[in-house]
Amino acid sequence: MLSIKNLHASIEGTPILRGINLEVKAGEVHAIMGPNGSGKSTLASVLAGREEYDVTEGEVIFQGKELLELSPEDRAREGVFLAFQYPIEIPGVSTTNFLRTALNQVREYRGLEPLDAVKFLSLMKEKMALVEIDQKLLSRSLNEGFSGGEKKRNEIFQMAMLEPVLSILDETDSGLDIDALRIVSNGVNKLKSEKTATIVVTHYQRLLDYIVPDFVHVLYKGRIVKSGTKELALELEEKGYDWIKEEVDSTATV
Amino acid sequence: MSTLTQQEFVLGLFEAAPATYSSLRQLGKENFYAQGLPALKAEEYKFTPISKKLETSLTDFSPAKPVKISAEQVKSAVFAGFEGAVLVFSNGQYLPEHSTSVDGISVRLLSENETTPLGSIAKADKDPFVALNQATFSDGLHITIEKNKEVDSPILLLQFHQAQGGQVISPRIWIEAGDFSKATFIDYHISLDDAPYFVNKVVEIKGGINTVLTYHSLQQEHNQVIEVSNLVTDIQKDSQFTSTQITLSGDMVRNNLTLNLLGSNSVGNMYGIYLLNGKTHVDNHTNVDHTIPHAESNELYKGILADQSRGVFNGKIFVRQIAQKTNAFQQNNNIILSEDAIINTKPQLEIWADDVKCSHGCTVGQLDEEAQFYLQARGIDKTTAKGLLLYAFAGEVLDKIEVDSLRNFIVAQIQERLGSKF
Ligand SMILES: Nc1ncnc2c1ncn2[C@@H]1O[C@H](COP(=O)(O)OP(=O)(O)O)[C@@H](O)[C@H]1O
Ligand SMILES: [Mg+2]
Repeated sequence: MLSIKNLHASIEGTPILRGINLEVKAGEVHAIMGPNGSGKSTLASVLAGREEYDVTEGEVIFQGKELLELSPEDRAREGVFLAFQYPIEIPGVSTTNFLRTALNQVREYRGLEPLDAVKFLSLMKEKMALVEIDQKLLSRSLNEGFSGGEKKRNEIFQMAMLEPVLSILDETDSGLDIDALRIVSNGVNKLKSEKTATIVVTHYQRLLDYIVPDFVHVLYKGRIVKSGTKELALELEEKGYDWIKEEVDSTATV
Repeated sequence: MSTLTQQEFVLGLFEAAPATYSSLRQLGKENFYAQGLPALKAEEYKFTPISKKLETSLTDFSPAKPVKISAEQVKSAVFAGFEGAVLVFSNGQYLPEHSTSVDGISVRLLSENETTPLGSIAKADKDPFVALNQATFSDGLHITIEKNKEVDSPILLLQFHQAQGGQVISPRIWIEAGDFSKATFIDYHISLDDAPYFVNKVVEIKGGINTVLTYHSLQQEHNQVIEVSNLVTDIQKDSQFTSTQITLSGDMVRNNLTLNLLGSNSVGNMYGIYLLNGKTHVDNHTNVDHTIPHAESNELYKGILADQSRGVFNGKIFVRQIAQKTNAFQQNNNIILSEDAIINTKPQLEIWADDVKCSHGCTVGQLDEEAQFYLQARGIDKTTAKGLLLYAFAGEVLDKIEVDSLRNFIVAQIQERLGSKF
């Protein structure tokens, strides 16, 4: 489904991603871990199409298409969804308000009829239940005055509405208490299928108890320096990242 | 500006002025000569070279005569869903045959009875354009709202404009509200074609005690129009006056809004949106005068500027020494969408009392690109995302418009504009 080959990206001339290779197949869950500042969010942003980053080398094929050639909105319409690490506030725009526009533009791209107000509302009700989010919250200005947990739940709610093929969750677990973590993970798990894939960016092993990964990758200094199965996450939880840093830094040639 | 041009400019107008209110017009004329058109660097018109604009754009310094208006034109100009009275004007001349009556409100032509105390609220010695209008105004309207009468449905002042070769249109309206009355006006200017003209309008509103008055003004004429509008109102004890000024187009537009808070427990609200593109130049000068203790003023103007448009905001809050316990709030926020657009924004506070609450702020920024990316990442195309954000920015002011049909109309206009040209 997703094939990242030798991806290099920089911001304002500073290289951040320095040769990422990653293969994700339908039905899989990949966890990306790594110390702060290693480039995890950058990778997520580059996949979603943020313009500040310059891709200097490499390619990304998503379902047979050159992902990097597409506008951010077309990537979303093709089925890429990014749950932001820091969901922003947008005064005056409510979730309900923009999501109907979003959903109908996505549906149009996919050759589906637009949803009328009634159908949209009933779909919303269904998905709201999934992440236990209150309708009142969705009709308020996006994320304005939301708690950390509410913001993250809103991200997963939007994901549920847009039914993506590839979901990238950027530290969706950070700042969640255990109840919220359970609700969010349940939501993500219910949305998983044979046809979809998930990339979970996280710091903590605890999320991976709920969303069980097929593969775990460690990102460090803009490269995937280690890959393994879910046992790797447990090892990282126990030993931290220092041993990996040492391993990499001692053999580094750049 | 050369004296000759200015002489030419005014002479034609003065000569063609109606014969009514002759002493008042004479006073207007004298006041105009005493002030002259604003010089290029005149403080009050510093960023708005209106005299130069008039000099280069007007070719015929005579008043534009009223043109025929058909019932269909009136019908199609009224917003969908509008319920209320319609008062129709053609180049400033009131047209009773097209207008409807309202229970509790009486209207008469200014000429019908030359007793209207024009100039007692909008003072001719304060501004040359007020003086010019006083010397040359066409036969506008005297509107009286009966005492104790609460008129719930809005009153639409439909002002049709059409001129040849850049003539002058001088509308004049006097509104008088009896004690304990309530009314909402919508002043809507419509161009009948795209020939240039200069509108020099004066509206005076004399509120009684305990009145609730609202004056919405929608400027959406074509892009050759030069306009100076003066709205001055006296606000008495226990009263509330609200103005909303929506400007969507024009060549050069200057709005002078003056609120005189004359009685305690009075509230003056000033709201505005200017959504500008092309080379449109819009200048909003507001002036609220707190003359008594325990009054409040609230001001919020929002601007969106694209292309080579130019915006000016100058908000004066004057708090006199006896006006203790004044609450005055002012905010002006702008989004600049192009490198060539310019905004000059300036709060101007003169506070002589010591026990007051005053706050003001102005911001100039760009569209939030992070927010735009967020919406795009959800599948919304860039233009729509931009439109959504700009619309949300203006929304705070739009929400102040309580007349549904008017708000819906403006919303549709703004959305259409944001969806295409911005
Ligand atoms: N907009 C930006 N401008 C400058 N540097 C940035 C920007 N975004 C990220 N970086 C830098 O890129 C590196 C990787 O950041 P990020 O991808 O956020 O890491 P992670 O998500 O793994 O913590 C960091 O050194 C960070 O300082
Ligand atoms: Mg990050």
